[in-house]
Parts: sequence; C-alpha cells; structure tokens
Amino acid sequence: MKRFRRHGHESQRDRLKQELFQFNKTVEHGFPHQPSALGYSPSLQLLAIGSRSGAIKFGAPGVEFMGLHDESAAVTQVHFLPHQVELVTLLDDNSLHMWTLQAHKGLSELLEIGRFTLTGPPRALPHVTRVTAVLPHSSGELLLLGTEGGHVFIVEVPGFRELEERNISLDQVQSVPEDYIGRRSLEHVEALQENPVDSNQVVIGYDRGLMVVWDLEKHCAVQHIPATQQLESVWWTEDGSYILSSHSDGSYCRWMVGNSDPTTEDEEKSDIPYPCKAIMKIMQLPTEEPPFLLFSGGMPRASYGDRHCITVIHSKTHVALDFTSRIIDFFVITEGPQNTDPSALVVLVEEELVVIDLQTEGWPVIQTPYLVPLHSSAITCSHHVSSIPFKLWERISAAGDLQHTHYSKKPWPITGGQSQAADPPQRDLLLTHEDGTVRFWDASGVCLYPLYKLSTAIAFDTDADPNDNMNQSSEGEWPPFRKVGCFDPYSDDPRLGIQKIHLCKYSGYLIVAGTAGQTRLDVREEPVLFPPGFQPFALVQCQPPAVVTALNLHSEWKLVAFGTSHGFGLFDYHQKNSVFVCTLNPSDQLAMEGPLSRVKSIKKSLRQSFRRIRRSRVSLRKHHVNNAAKLQEANARLEAELAEMELAPVQRKIEARSSDDSFTGLVRTLYFADTFLSDSHNTPSLWAGTNGGGVFAYMLRIPPVEHRAEEPVTAQPKEIQLMHRAPVLGIVVLDGHGTPLPEPLEVAHDLARSPDMHGSHHVLVVSEEQFKIFTLPKVSAKMKLKLTAVDGSRVRKVGVASFGSNRTEEYSESDLIFLTNQGDVHVVSLPSLKMQVHYPCIRKEDVSGIASCVFTKHGQFYLISPSEFERFSLSTRSLVELRCLVEAPLRRVMEHALLNDEVLQEIQKSLEGGP
Amino acid sequence: MNKPHRAPSSRALSAVEVKSKFGAEFRRFSLDRSKPGRFDEFYGLLQHVHRIPNVEVVVGYADVHGDLLPINNDDNYHLAIATATPLLRLFLQRKEDSDYSAFGSDPLNRKKNPVLSAVLLRPDSHRKKPPVVISLPRDFRPVSSIIDVDILPESHRRVRLYKHGQEKPLGFYIRDGSSVRVTAQGLEKVPGIFISRMVPGGLAESTGLLAVNDEVLEVNGIEVGGKSLDQVTDMMIANSHNLIITVKPANQRNNVVRSREAGAASGSSGRSSDSGASFYGYGGGYSSLGVNSGPAHIIQNFPVGELESDEEEDVVIEAGAEQEPNVPRYEPHLNLRRDPVTSATSDPAISHPSAWAISSPATSNGTLTSSASLGSLTTAAANGSSSHRARERRSLEEDGTVITL
Repeated sequence: MKRFRRHGHESQRDRLKQELFQFNKTVEHGFPHQPSALGYSPSLQLLAIGSRSGAIKFGAPGVEFMGLHDESAAVTQVHFLPHQVELVTLLDDNSLHMWTLQAHKGLSELLEIGRFTLTGPPRALPHVTRVTAVLPHSSGELLLLGTEGGHVFIVEVPGFRELEERNISLDQVQSVPEDYIGRRSLEHVEALQENPVDSNQVVIGYDRGLMVVWDLEKHCAVQHIPATQQLESVWWTEDGSYILSSHSDGSYCRWMVGNSDPTTEDEEKSDIPYPCKAIMKIMQLPTEEPPFLLFSGGMPRASYGDRHCITVIHSKTHVALDFTSRIIDFFVITEGPQNTDPSALVVLVEEELVVIDLQTEGWPVIQTPYLVPLHSSAITCSHHVSSIPFKLWERISAAGDLQHTHYSKKPWPITGGQSQAADPPQRDLLLTHEDGTVRFWDASGVCLYPLYKLSTAIAFDTDADPNDNMNQSSEGEWPPFRKVGCFDPYSDDPRLGIQKIHLCKYSGYLIVAGTAGQTRLDVREEPVLFPPGFQPFALVQCQPPAVVTALNLHSEWKLVAFGTSHGFGLFDYHQKNSVFVCTLNPSDQLAMEGPLSRVKSIKKSLRQSFRRIRRSRVSLRKHHVNNAAKLQEANARLEAELAEMELAPVQRKIEARSSDDSFTGLVRTLYFADTFLSDSHNTPSLWAGTNGGGVFAYMLRIPPVEHRAEEPVTAQPKEIQLMHRAPVLGIVVLDGHGTPLPEPLEVAHDLARSPDMHGSHHVLVVSEEQFKIFTLPKVSAKMKLKLTAVDGSRVRKVGVASFGSNRTEEYSESDLIFLTNQGDVHVVSLPSLKMQVHYPCIRKEDVSGIASCVFTKHGQFYLISPSEFERFSLSTRSLVELRCLVEAPLRRVMEHALLNDEVLQEIQKSLEGGP
Repeated sequence: MNKPHRAPSSRALSAVEVKSKFGAEFRRFSLDRSKPGRFDEFYGLLQHVHRIPNVEVVVGYADVHGDLLPINNDDNYHLAIATATPLLRLFLQRKEDSDYSAFGSDPLNRKKNPVLSAVLLRPDSHRKKPPVVISLPRDFRPVSSIIDVDILPESHRRVRLYKHGQEKPLGFYIRDGSSVRVTAQGLEKVPGIFISRMVPGGLAESTGLLAVNDEVLEVNGIEVGGKSLDQVTDMMIANSHNLIITVKPANQRNNVVRSREAGAASGSSGRSSDSGASFYGYGGGYSSLGVNSGPAHIIQNFPVGELESDEEEDVVIEAGAEQEPNVPRYEPHLNLRRDPVTSATSDPAISHPSAWAISSPATSNGTLTSSASLGSLTTAAANGSSSHRARERRSLEEDGTVITL
C-alpha cells in the first residue's frame, strides 16, 4: 500500500519535472570565432559568415541562423543565390554545400539541402577540379565554378547537376593572344564576374593576369584583356562598360569593355612609387561621377605592409581605414532609386564586423547590434544579473549613451527578415571583465547589446601612458589612416584584470575585484573625476597582494567579504574599515604564488592530449562494433594508439586528500545569511568555503541603524571541516520551508517572500564532490548527495535557479543547478537533494567553456569560443530564443530565369503596388 | 564454537587450577571460574604469588591445543579461564626479554618441532623460516580485505582498503589500457583502466592484494567501463576513506577458487585446519576487540613465490570450468562443521580473507595467520544458502567474460 502511494507520488513528480525542466541551447552571442568567409544577399538583406570550423551563421539583428557542416573543414566562400533563399558554401575540402531557409510554422530554419564535389574527366589530376572561384549566376539557376586547372565548370542549381556541354575549358579560351602563346599555362581561375547589364557575359580572370569576357549563350570568347600582372580580383562596373582589375603588385587597371576588340582602354596604377602589397579586392560604385572607389590592401610594403587597410576614395576624400585584424572580405550596401548609391561599407575582419556609414560626413562607424566582439580584450570573468530594476537600467543606459556619441546615428543597414521573438520579459545584464574594464551588456533578448563600459584602470597608477592609445593621426601621413574597430588585443594590463564582480541591483552598488588583490567599491553618485556612470566609493588593497578568488556584497548590512588564495576578510564600507581578516594556511607557498602554476598547465595539456586520443578511440568503437572486418582494423588502430601511449604512459595517482595539500587556504566562496548560527536568535552571518573542504561561519553583530556609523561590526567564528576535504564551491542557507534565503534587499523591494524564520534553518554546503545539508544552529549532518564517489564527475559551477511550471502560472520552485567537469548540467531539488534531470551541455574537453559557465536565477551562459557566448536554458518557462522569419523574394519572379536587376525591381514594385 | 570446550569444563569444577611458571619457579593456585575478576587484578595476583611486585611480565598460557597464547586483557583472560580444562598453565616472561615469536607455537614442543612455529606456511616446505613476529592484538587493525568472494566471478577480486586513521598513503597509480573481451565478432579490444604502479610501502602494496597491471573493473560497486581515467581517479579519491576496488588480477594464478575438485578443496581446508586451530585464541581475541565483524580473517599477503606450488592445485583455469563452474562449493566445509577443530578453520578459498597489519614498523614480513572465528562459520553458512542467488548473479556478470590470456 505504502509503496503504491509512493509510486503515485513519484509519477506525479515525474510529470512536474516535465513541466519544469527542459534543456535548450538557445542563442549564441558574440562574434564567430575565426571567421573565414562573408556573403551578402541584397535581395534578402542578410549576411552570412563562414568560419574556419565549418560553421555558418548569418542574419539581421534578431534574425540569426546557425548551420554547421558535418565536415569540419573551413568555409572558404559563401554566396547567396541571387533573389533566392538559397546559399552556397565552398569548403576547404573542395565540397560545395547548398543551404536553404525553410519556413516552418511561421519560423524559418536553416537547412542543408545538398552537397556536391566537382568530378572532372576521368584520370584528371585533382587540381583540375579544385574550385578557386564561384559565381552564382543572376538567373539563380547556374553556378559557375572556376578551378585551379583553369577550367570553368557550369553546374545547375539547386540540384548540383553538371552541365558538361557548357563547361568552358582552357583550350577554348586560349585561342589567342600572342603574348600568352608559348608561355606557361594561365594557371587557376582567380575571379569570375557577371556583366551587370548582360547576364550572358561573364569575365573570367586567370591568375596570370589574362581576363576573358565569355558569352555563355554563344559559347565563345568575346574579348581578351591581357593584363600582365598577377590578378587578384575583378570588378565589373554597374553600367557594364568597364572592368576593373586589381593586381598583386598593388596596381589596379580599368579596362573598357569593347564589343569585340581586345584592347585596353584605360589603365591606372595606384600612384605610389614604391613596391606595394596586393590589392585583394576592388570595387567601384556608382558609375556617375564622383564614384566611390574601394579596395583592400595595396599598402606600401615597407612602411605599412603590416596594416590591414581598406582604402575608400570618393571625390577628394581619401581614407585608408586601418582595421584591427586581417580583412577577410567586405561589401557595400547600396540604396537609392537605381540601388546603386553606396550607403554603408560592411567589413569582416578576423576579430570583428565593422559597418561604416558612407552617407554621413566623416564616415562614422555604425554600432553593431549583434556579432559584437565580446573579446575585444580577453574576458576574464562574467557575471549575470537578472531582473534589473528599471531605474538602475535607465541610469546605466544613460551613462552608456554618453559613451557612444562617436557612433553614427543611422540605423543598422542590414535589415532582412523579421524577428518574431517576444519582447524580453525582464531586463538582464551580463557583465564581462577584461582589461580592468567592466562591460555592461544588455542580455535581455537574443542580441547582446553593449550598454556601458566602466574602466577601472584610471584608479590605479600604471606605467602605461593613458594617452598611448589615442588616435593620433599624425599630420601629413600618407595615405591618411583612420583606425576603426574596437578589437584591441594589446590593451590588457594583467595587473588590472578583473577577477570577480558583484552588483547589487537594488542599491546600485557594484563591487569588482582584481588580480592584484584590489577590491573596489563603486557607487553611482555625483560625477567628479570619473566620467558619468559608476563612481568609485572605496578601495581596498589586500596585503600581500593576491588574486581575489571570492567576493560578496551585502548592501543591506553594508559589508563586503572578499577571499584570496590564503584567507578572507570582511570590510565595512559604511565605516570604511575592515572588520576582520582571517589568514588560512599561511605556510602554503604554492597558494601564495597564485593559481597559475606552470607545472599544472603542462599536466593539463598532457591530460587533454590524451583525452583526445581516448575520445577518438571511443568513437571508433561506437562505429565499428557490428562489423567484424572493421573491428580488426579498429583493433589495429587502437594498437597503434596504445603503442603511442606506451611511449608516454599517463598515470593518475590515487591518494586521499590530506590537510597539508596546497591551496587549502584558498577561499572559493563567500556567502551572507541571516540565520541561526547559535541558539534561538537569528543573526547576520558570513560563511566562507575553502579549497580544503573547510567552512568558516561567523556570527556578525551589526549595530542598529542609528549607531551604524559609530559602533563597530563584530564577528564570532565557527568552523566546519568536511571530511572529504573537497573544495567548497557554494554555501546556501535554506529557511524553514526549505527555500533558499532571498538576496539582500529583495524582500525590502517586495520582490521576494520574506524567509521563514520560525522553522529550523539548514545550510547546504556544495563541494566539488558532494552536497551536504546540515541543521542549524547545531551543524549536524542531515543528508547528503554524493556525486564524485558515484559517477566520477566533479562539480565545477553551482547556482540556485527558479523554475516555473509551463502549465500553471502559480507553481514555481527553487532548485540547485550545477555543471560538472564532464560538461553535464544537473538539476537537484531543494531541500530534498534529489537528482531531477541532467543534460549533456558542454563537451568535457572544452575546459574554458566549463570554466566560463555562469548560472543565475533565470539565465545560463558559457563561452563557446574566446569571442562567443552560448546561452542555454533549463526552464520550460523562461526561454530567450531566436524566432525569426525570412520570406523568400517573390517566387514568380524567379521563374523568369534571365532577368536582370532592373527588370526585377520593376516587377517587384508593380507587385507590391497591386492589391 | 567454544561450546564443545566449555561444555565439559563448566560441568566440572567451578574452580580453575592454575599452574604458573616464571623462570624456573612454579606456583599453583586456584581461581573461581564463575568470578575470574579483571585482568589487572589477576596480573597483580601473579606478581604477588611469584613475589615479583615490580617486575613487568608477559603472561601466556597454553590452550587446549597446546599453543602458547597471550593473556593481556580482560577478554583473553576470561577466555583462558573459561577454556581451562580445568588446569590453566601459565608462562610468565620478563617483558624485557620476552619472545613474542613464542606465541602461537606450542610451548611444550617448541624445541622439538621448530617447523611448527611457521604455522600457516606449507607443511611440505622444509625450508627454514624465520620465526613469525606477532605483536599484541591491540596493535592490530584491518588494512584490507577480500570481500564478496561468493558473488564475484573467480577471475575477479574485490579488495577493500581501510585508509582511515593511518598515515600510510594509499599508494598506487592507474592508467589507461586495453583489455580483450569476447564478442559475437570475436575478440575485441576495449579500453580499460589498469593499475600502473605501486608506491613502495604504501597501503596498496602492503596488502599484496593489488598488483601492477590488474584491471580495475569497479570502484565501490560502480563499474568503470565507459569512464575516463580522470573520472575513475576522482571516484577513487572520493571513496579513498573506504575504497573498494574490484579488479581482474593480472596474475590469475592466485585466485580464490571454488572448484568441484573436492579433494583439492578439502585438502587445503584440512591442511589449514591445524594452523587455523592453533590460532583459535587469537580469533577470539579479535572478536573481543570488536574489529572482527563477521568475516573470517586469513592473511593473504604471502609472498607470491612461496604460495605458487600450493595454489597450483587450487587454480581452475576457466576453460576447464564447463561443469557448472559458477556454483560455489561450500558443501565440504559445511560438512566439516561437525568437527569442532576443523570447523574452526576456514578454507582460504571460501572465507573472506582479510589482511591485518601491525602498526609497528617491525612487522615488515608480517606473515601470520588467524583462524576463522565463529563469525566465519555463520558467514559460510549464509554463503551456502545464498549460493543459488549468487549463481544467478554471476552468470549474468560473466556474460562477456574477460578471457585469461
């Protein structure tokens, strides 16, 4: 009977679990890691970025899609098919992939619909079919593929059907010209461009310099343009009368497109007399005077060879935009009646995406609403605060607006698609901390938008001259450089690196702690020395200087607790004095040196390399279990791997932790709680957890408000040593209902129920290995949940999150969430400590991803690359996810295969004007 | 099992006749069997009757088998009184020149039969053995044991290491490796975790139950298959205070054996019975110390070389185990229970052997033997009754058995 009842209870809980928990990876924030290709569709107004790891992502703000190629080869080219929702990618491994945006239940999805690898004639050398240039024909039905062998293959899309009879072979092209006869082969096809006014004509540019205008219909060469320098790119002007070619020596030429006469009409060389680097890409828009001329590269080799520049020349204005990293590609967005007036220049460089407003005087940068380079200096720490009160939000964004005055006022020009995502229900902030700055990001919605930047560096004396990084555009320098972009890998002063942060969203107190042991407390008050925003309020310097490893702030009690690698202290910021300092294990030399030990990192890297071997072995096994022949092969390979392993055997020492291990004095967590530490009275208390499994609890006596300024805060200690000595990662006090205590000021602001102070309190201590609940005030163990002893994984990150049921509005509960070193996220119920659900979240090899994971009440993040955050959610109710729709340009139009842009627009206009 | 001894004596006199020898002098007195008093009183009495009030002595007595056993606490004192038939022969030695190696041997025949002092060693070994040093029971504590012998396949060994309360490091390393398994496709190599190194002087090494290249199959009952080296490391460390490792020993020749070859089994049981019986008193001593919770304890940490010839006959190569190899053989031992002497022993093959170390560093070669106690019999009986269940479980476990190469 009893068993049945319990069974019923369990199934009820199971149902509830389904209503509460759900794992989703929702959004990626930030800039794609190692981008390698850029594509743009003027008709869809979408851009696509291919990355070196084979990922493609593109979209307008709020309109983002993610695709990942099965092959992990780098994406070398991305091309949209004109006027369609399809997109072709070329990978490093010479495979072509067709992607489409498919609408499904009102939302668009990115799907791979085809793949293709060029097959040449039998017994052809591989280079014959190695694709070097791709031109999607404006008809949307053909794809021209130039190859390393010099041939141009024509393929029908989207089905990838080779049209052999239409291929343009080298022999057909090489009918003339004299200069080229008897010389080496033309080498590979470097560029393919279509005549903007006659879609039957394409220009084929060969690496050696020869360009051939080819008529697709008549299947013959129309004109030969015999450039002598190695070709880099070709541009056909809008009116179809000129071809621009750029070359490896930094020169560019303009060629008149004649009817049949193969002569050069016009040739210009960039007028620099010294050797220059190649011009990688050239563009000219529009043809009416004065045109915009844009090209990348072409800098004098000796003086500016190391700069990443795009030169923009318009009438008398000449600017060399100096980017922060290598230029991958660029394009120009046009508008106006003919759709030929350049409005914005979009540049993809290795570390960021920069958009320059070409219509506003001075060509200011338009702030990117997405793909923001989070890593403009390395992220050292992240902190997420959910449900920011509106007042604080306003003040932060107002302060931020003052910092953003140098940006263009123009709206973001890439506007394709519609975001269907609901407005974020709350205002969330993500704070990241880098070169001594704290950056505030709006993390409420799908786009991570920079709000405000607080620089702490000016509070400190450093050797760096603050004027060093100013944009001194030295007079008379030629070409006239202008720095653009915010990626700055050299800005970091490691001494300023921020380690920990805490923001009280109600009182507006922000506390940040740095590598060198400084704990700063900033409050927003009248701007004095600092620019508007958070103002410094107090500064604490730990002696000896050590990395701050834990930090907490109680704005109600006006206390700050901070921990370092050898102790912790409590600072009263009302009286501005320290209450006490507790030094732990002062003999621990290793801890004094800081956590970055060289020995450790070697060990780690070794460990990783062997994990890799092991992983490949395990996956090997998965695939081949059912096949005896393959089994042998797998065994052979395994043997080889093992032989390799034997050369450097990895062993792990099995030893119990002892009290004299190093780092035992490192403070991992600090926690404030109003609870029962002695007898029957609840008092303020401070809890500290150490790396050696120790928990220190201090009963605090805080003077009443009226004497708060005079009477000192006092503390009385109590210590718990966990037998298993695993590092303590988190401490949570549960009230009489078993609910975690609310954050300070939460009750005062009516945002949380006041805790139950009648029932007995419990303290939950989370160590790397287990969860243990102790009764208060006696501190006797009540229950525990073992993790490491059972499955060998260790807790890396822990947090308390609230989960609401998706069925009824009323029901919600607080649970413990944690991430293990295996990369799994688990949910554990409170106060019963029962495992609820677990999901694989991060690859276990992704050490930095695991280390960067952030848990808060409503938001979960981790870094998937140095520049990107992945957002994931465990809740069925609060989900920040992409919901967007891209509508295909009118289907009917596409039936007319060979219409050019102009006609197309007319049709489109007439259709829009109609009923 | 004390019953057979106690029964006649209790029916006899209520007084115990004590004959105490110190040096060349004898003293005789009697004690009330029902009220023996405390050991310290008894010790005072001895000093008094021998007139050696300030001389520290070591008290020993000859038990029913004629073995010299110590009296140094209330428990073994009471046992000695209880088992006196009715004569209790005491041997007193000055503490300074006391010879601990004498304990466990027959004090009367020691001179004549020196081989007996190396009790559990092979009877057919006529090599000269150094005398076994045994320290006092209070210096003993468990360091390791082999457990769950009845439910594990013979090729596996479940070892429990007692780390608590000692300075000695666990002292071993593990590594990745591969082991061969039988699958439908034939032999398949699968990843496994192996012991790679023993720290000299560490707990793991001192037990002799784990060796380099043993494959680790489970940690505290949880299979390690599919887990990474780091995970297994973390599991072991998390369980380090009470670590139970199931291994497939690289050397399969020292396996605990449950074979149908009853002759071999009873032979070994019969042989160990003498030695076991001779340690009867010690067994009692342990129980009284409260550390002997159930299983019998037989020291397994013989140097392997010494045991090889012995164990040879017990080893069953799994290939030859067609005839119900999974049925544990307990019957012979259960039958032997009728004999009080033999029943007091336990075949090392089926008992739960447990290694005991001595805290003092002097016990480097601590090869000693204790007999089964009462506990072992009940365990054995329980094992017998549970053998059926065990068989089922084992047949499951042995799917995809590891083959011995």
